[in-house]
Amino acid sequence: MNEQTLSRRFFLKVSGAFVALAAVPSTVHAFYQDVKSFLVPPKETLPTTLTINKQPYKVTADTRSTLLDLLREELQLTGTKKGCDHGQCGACTVHVDGQRVLSCLTLTAMLPGKTVTTIEGLADGEKLHPMQQAFIECDGFQCGYCTPGQIMSAVACVNEGHTKSVAEIKEFMSGNLCRCGAYNGIVEAIQKVAK
Amino acid sequence: MRPFNFTKVTTVKDGITKKEDTGQYIAGGTNLLDLMKKHIAQPEMLVDITTISSSIKPLKTGVQIGAMVRNSTLTLDNEILTKYPLIAKAILAGASPQIRNMASTGGNLLQRTRCVYFYDVDMPCNKREPGSGCSALHGNNRMSAIVGWSEDCVAVHPSDLCIALVALDASVKVVEKNQKERIIPFKDFHRLPGNTPHQDNNLPANAIITAIEVPVNPFNKHYAYLKLRDRDSYAFALVSVAAALHLENNRIVDARLASGGVAHKPWRWSDAENFLKGKEANTANFQEAARIAAEQTKPLEGNAFKVPMLKGAIEVALQNCLTA
Repeated sequence: MNEQTLSRRFFLKVSGAFVALAAVPSTVHAFYQDVKSFLVPPKETLPTTLTINKQPYKVTADTRSTLLDLLREELQLTGTKKGCDHGQCGACTVHVDGQRVLSCLTLTAMLPGKTVTTIEGLADGEKLHPMQQAFIECDGFQCGYCTPGQIMSAVACVNEGHTKSVAEIKEFMSGNLCRCGAYNGIVEAIQKVAK
Repeated sequence: MRPFNFTKVTTVKDGITKKEDTGQYIAGGTNLLDLMKKHIAQPEMLVDITTISSSIKPLKTGVQIGAMVRNSTLTLDNEILTKYPLIAKAILAGASPQIRNMASTGGNLLQRTRCVYFYDVDMPCNKREPGSGCSALHGNNRMSAIVGWSEDCVAVHPSDLCIALVALDASVKVVEKNQKERIIPFKDFHRLPGNTPHQDNNLPANAIITAIEVPVNPFNKHYAYLKLRDRDSYAFALVSVAAALHLENNRIVDARLASGGVAHKPWRWSDAENFLKGKEANTANFQEAARIAAEQTKPLEGNAFKVPMLKGAIEVALQNCLTA
């Protein structure tokens, strides 16, 4: 009899404690959500239609999404590289409407109707773009991380006609940094394609 | 980045109406996005104004450059290259081809300083957080100002284009919140830091820059833009000099001298210009002009090297005007 009362009281206490404990995290969680929504405004999304490497895309991206993030995180086009993410290294260079730009400083939201070309869009099937071929032949890279950006910039450099001298090529390729120091090979590759 | 609302507008009127006080206009985005990623700028809304005024219009009195004209477009425009080549020369000394393809003319005026402490959110900076102090005053200030600075801020304006524009007596056309148009002389557009360094310029709140006007001038024959920096290309100026001479039989009718990397605003060396007027264009006079300019500087602990550098740069830039 005594044992029964104890165990019943024990049962009520324990289950009560469990109920209380279960309620605490949910209250804490709710409080956390309240604070979060107060401190961090909810993300906003925007639909954007654009063309990438001749393919039409319709994406709904966070307004904060840069073209670089869209390419790499949403569309799995990981050829374009994230170097500094602050416009200082050129690793993320792509072409928008034929002009070389930095995808890390370009908002996806600003691209409706634009035509984007990335490193994946340069080759013609299995046939490499002449600049890609020239980079291989002239040893225009070592680790390869800056290479997609270098090649996109190099293609634009030739299209713009800034290849009259080694000095001019260097000046107009100065927005693409290479930590391995493959600069001589890169300049050679550009001279080869420009001929 | 802090989440934000995004709106695209097609007219200046629409832009001004839609922009809230907590929002910011975005054009090239090359500086703003960088600042947003570092939580230095935290706009709650962005108003995309990339489709407004992007033409270069020749006027009887000069040229009107739409605020959205991209930097690289200016360097290829025939009107600019023949009548205002100093502008193209200055732009080509700045940033990289990719950034010049993105950056706008109006946005160039509004870029923030590159002072390392402004970018380091863990350090005090009166420009970023008014009242917190200036870390550069007695800190790492080799890149900082040598003229016009205050105890509250020693930052410099990073633009190259603006140095050419101030030298050529340009003006800034803006539309204010009340939709009224106003012309601000370029030399009055940017401010000295004083005790309110968080204000870079005198652009009224919510106003939009619609165009830059450059008056007709005789400086398209003898001009130079010399930029000295830590590496050959793609770096901000330690000292830059825009120089232009109007010569008649080797006599200087009019002269322009302006510098970047030396002050909180694009800096004109008026006394040196006045000295040159009426003088013969020769080395002795160029040296004297450089000396007059350098005399007005007041370097900090870490950037006294900039004074002889400036002197040399002015002299060489003036010499280069003769061969340009």
